[in-house]
Amino acid sequence: MKTLFSKIADLYIDGFKSMTVGKKLWILIIVKLIIIFAILKVFFFPDFLNSTCKDDVEKAAKVRKEITDKNRNYKTTLINNHLTTHAI
Amino acid sequence: MNDLLSLVDWSRAQFALTAMMHWIFVPLTIGLSLIVSVMESVYYKTREDSMKKITQFWMTLFAINFACGVATGIILEFEFGTNWSNYSWFVGDIFGAPLAIEGIFAFFLESTFFAVMMFGWNKVGPKFHLAATWLTAIGVCISALWILIANAWMQNPVGMEFDPEQARNVMSNFSEVALSPTATNKFLHTVLSGWVLGSVFVIGVSCFLLLRKSNEKATSTSIKIASIIGLIGIILTMWTGDGSAVQVSKVQPMKLAAMEGLYRGEAGGQSLVGFGILNPNKTIENDETAMIYSIDIPNGLSILAKHDSKAFVPGINDIIDGIELTENGDTIKNLSYAERIESGKKAHEALRRYNAAVEAKDFDATEQAAADLEANFKNFGYGYFDNPAQAVPNVPLTFYSFRIMVIGGGYLLLFFIISLAGVFKFKGLFKNKFVLLSGILTIPVVWIVSEAGWVVAEVGRQPWAVQDLLPVRAAVSSVSAASVETTFWIFVVLFSGLFIAEVSIMLREIFKASKEDITNR
Repeated sequence: MKTLFSKIADLYIDGFKSMTVGKKLWILIIVKLIIIFAILKVFFFPDFLNSTCKDDVEKAAKVRKEITDKNRNYKTTLINNHLTTHAI
Repeated sequence: MNDLLSLVDWSRAQFALTAMMHWIFVPLTIGLSLIVSVMESVYYKTREDSMKKITQFWMTLFAINFACGVATGIILEFEFGTNWSNYSWFVGDIFGAPLAIEGIFAFFLESTFFAVMMFGWNKVGPKFHLAATWLTAIGVCISALWILIANAWMQNPVGMEFDPEQARNVMSNFSEVALSPTATNKFLHTVLSGWVLGSVFVIGVSCFLLLRKSNEKATSTSIKIASIIGLIGIILTMWTGDGSAVQVSKVQPMKLAAMEGLYRGEAGGQSLVGFGILNPNKTIENDETAMIYSIDIPNGLSILAKHDSKAFVPGINDIIDGIELTENGDTIKNLSYAERIESGKKAHEALRRYNAAVEAKDFDATEQAAADLEANFKNFGYGYFDNPAQAVPNVPLTFYSFRIMVIGGGYLLLFFIISLAGVFKFKGLFKNKFVLLSGILTIPVVWIVSEAGWVVAEVGRQPWAVQDLLPVRAAVSSVSAASVETTFWIFVVLFSGLFIAEVSIMLREIFKASKEDITNR
């Protein structure tokens, strides 16, 4: 098992050492991942429901309210196949 | 209301920017992974060192693209959680499960074998290396498969039931979700279009090298392989595109009508607009003609959408009115949009009653509300609209994008035929400066065609986040539009930087290749 691990480690270590264009790519990948996970995710993209609700029951209640409230300021009635909308 | 529209617009703009940027990298990864696999298979069979070097050259360009593109898709998942939390909760595990499988299985398969492919030339045997290269290509396709299953479900939501208690959809039939005709067509059409894009890239870069009078043998071999894959790819892309059109006519007829700028269908067969200019003043409310100018293919749309030259294809107003015509011109009445809106509002009211009944612990009222909701749920999304016009997508953008995709596809078919003729029959063709320049200029063309395909798919299905069930205005989170606007501009900077990095690293590698013999590095 150790031999397999050391072979895999060698593959990566030698691979990184002998890279030419790859070094630039790895710098690019690392910088990109830092921006994505350490800056964007932490400061700009919190999970909205996780940050406002403590469990799934609360999340369900919040979404149920959200998706039924978005059109609640209006009442629409179907008369002779035409819709009429009134603010309520 | 204006704040909501602004929030929806910024959220959509941000998602579109991220998805379109992600799609710059993905099809090239799909296409090049197959091309380098085929090239390495040729090397494995012939054991010619020059073939190995050619494979390694394209593999390097593949790696540059892979590195620049990796993780750009994760940003889309961040956006789901922050900007589209109602949507994310509403779709439940149906959307989450395919994405999780993609993340755990396909990504690790792809990235593990990617390392062997890039670093393993002198570390593992030729057979194992070849297997790793093919497994990378297969992993790329499996990644695409799960993402496209999730996307197809949004276009054609099947295999689920809505649970009012959880306020989300619950998967009831996995195979119905994974093997829906929309998903299979979408997967094949998308992956095959990646073959086309990768092939154009290889031919275009080869043309550049030939223009600089460099690497004649290597480019000839590359063009041969890419032309064969490209021609097979474009023919199959057209075939699956036909399958997609049939599916769209069944499950998203409004999208098809927008793709054609069709407001009223005709009995006895509908023509297809080969080329046309839309009348900008045409709306669903007026009787102006839809086209200022058009070149039509008689009965073309009926054949494309229904595989029947006499079939009726409903236009935007027909769908709104719920009208179909028989071959003889008799009218069949379906549910109109006005009736769907009414039914959708009943579904909303039932869900509100369900909420109140749960809070009051009134079991009978809960059951009654759930039954009323179930009876009207298929029109749930229409309940958000106040008039049918709100359920119509952007017709000009869908119409012109569709034309770019189809006309561009026709050009690419011709491109591969000429390219094949050039490498197998008319050898002098690839010495002609005009041909070489055309080859180079086709690189941006194929990307435009590919992105246009996504514009048709995604703009054409508006206003829906989930077809008929959840429009984008209900799918957004209650966050501030300003915060979404801020991250939009951050992404503009980030993605521009990534794009410039990819292009400059790739160009440097291609220029380097133009100054040396890549088969003798």
